Amino acid sequence: MSGALTDVRADRLTVAFGDNVVLRNLELHIAPGEFVALLGRSGSGKTTLLRVLAGLQTHSSGELHVPAARSVVFQEARLLPWKRVIDNVAIGLREPDARERAAAALREVGLEHRRDAWPATLSGGEAQRAGLARAIVREPHFLLLDEPFASIDALTRLRMYDLVIGLWRRHGPSVLLVTHDVDEALILADRIVILDAGRIAANLRVGLPRPRDAAIPGFAHVRRTILTLLGVSPADSPFTDGTDARAPHAISSGVSP
Amino acid sequence: MKAVLNITAPSAAQHARGPRIPAIGWGWARNVVSPLALVVLWQLGSASGVIPASKLAAPVAIVRAFWSLTLSGALWNDLVVSVARVALGASIGVALGVVLALAVGLWKSNDVIVDPVLQMLRTLPYLGMTPLLILWFGIGEAPKIALVAFASMFPVYLTLLGGIRAVDPKLLEAARIFGLTRWETIRDVILPGSLAPALVGLRYALGAAWLSLVVGEQINADRGIGYLIMDARDFLRTDVIMVGLLLYAILGLATDAIVRALEARALVWRPRAAAEAR
Repeated sequence: MSGALTDVRADRLTVAFGDNVVLRNLELHIAPGEFVALLGRSGSGKTTLLRVLAGLQTHSSGELHVPAARSVVFQEARLLPWKRVIDNVAIGLREPDARERAAAALREVGLEHRRDAWPATLSGGEAQRAGLARAIVREPHFLLLDEPFASIDALTRLRMYDLVIGLWRRHGPSVLLVTHDVDEALILADRIVILDAGRIAANLRVGLPRPRDAAIPGFAHVRRTILTLLGVSPADSPFTDGTDARAPHAISSGVSP
Repeated sequence: MKAVLNITAPSAAQHARGPRIPAIGWGWARNVVSPLALVVLWQLGSASGVIPASKLAAPVAIVRAFWSLTLSGALWNDLVVSVARVALGASIGVALGVVLALAVGLWKSNDVIVDPVLQMLRTLPYLGMTPLLILWFGIGEAPKIALVAFASMFPVYLTLLGGIRAVDPKLLEAARIFGLTRWETIRDVILPGSLAPALVGLRYALGAAWLSLVVGEQINADRGIGYLIMDARDFLRTDVIMVGLLLYAILGLATDAIVRALEARALVWRPRAAAEAR
């Protein structure tokens, strides 16, 4: 992969809807193969940034370089309900071996046994696996994940993290994960970009060793730093008793720092 | 999962059909008690002379008329003629409705040109157009078929167009991301996505087709179920009139059942159907 072709680079990127400036003079660079998580509260512009990078929306000004080979996993799997799982994965593929490749992708995400199922019969986790297979079968240089685990139960989510890391390792795309879950960002990403009011508020390299989970040393510390950057200081949180800096996320996943 | 919720939206029509009747048990028996009682009362009324045969034939007389018309072949001949009229008229109407809905739904420019005209025509009471159709097409087969075609076009046009416009924009976006061409998007996303409402429209269309045939066949017909009825009226044969009306009802139900069977096959992917077909 040559850097110039597979880099993701935004220079002074601005997106405005009329008078409403959603992203202003944003600078973002994602190196080939890098896994970046984009954190921000609702309305920070993270969805808009993802849509611009995915090519679903045009920017108002600034420079944007994105690899042509890119793919998206949406928050809702967006499978075509009238196509069986395998045909959803193979959709838009022009190669004569499209179905074989789709079957291989389904094998990779552990969904081979559901290849002929209708999407309406899939569980939330299965639907997202199909969504991942559909994205990965295109061998993207740039993979965009738009809160793909937001509506999946906590246990399934942990398995999905391993799956995503495995796919990323094997296929090596640059990844941009949009999420509002700090733990998720910390478990998955090389770097965390915090977006606030259309600007990048912070850029943090996550130096934690892999594989990660919330129990590894340093995790709680980094999470506290990020929550503070997001404006959730321990004292603000109704979930803390003063001695414990647990964020709501940590509580919901049942992990104590 | 919002995407799946959106998909269930077209099946609202299915919900409107009400709860499923259990396949086993005697639940159905409950539903035939009162109609059966009515028929018995009717028969008693006819036999005792309370209901004169010149106003309404007795149920037994209707069955007898049905049998003799069947034996003579008259019933079959008229039935074939009527079915052929509906088949031809509804084919023309449904085809026109589909073509127009696709033209308006898929090309924005047609929206401004075609849709207002059709919306205007739609408000015309089509059964009232009969005199005009006679002036245009004479008194042969043509005005009858034109009336059926006109009646069956609008339900299909409206529901298919509504379906095309209601296709989930999120799926269209996904189609863009995964590199579908315009034609592939129409074939794989827009058309399947609007099939459920279009099939509901087809059921309405066929209902309207039979209704307009009833009216159309009263114009100077010399064959068909309508002719059977008009001819019987001249001879005060209320039993034959009732046979004709029952035939219309049975044919209407039969066409509806055909579309519903088609629906069940074509929409097997819908959440409820898919869960059952697992």
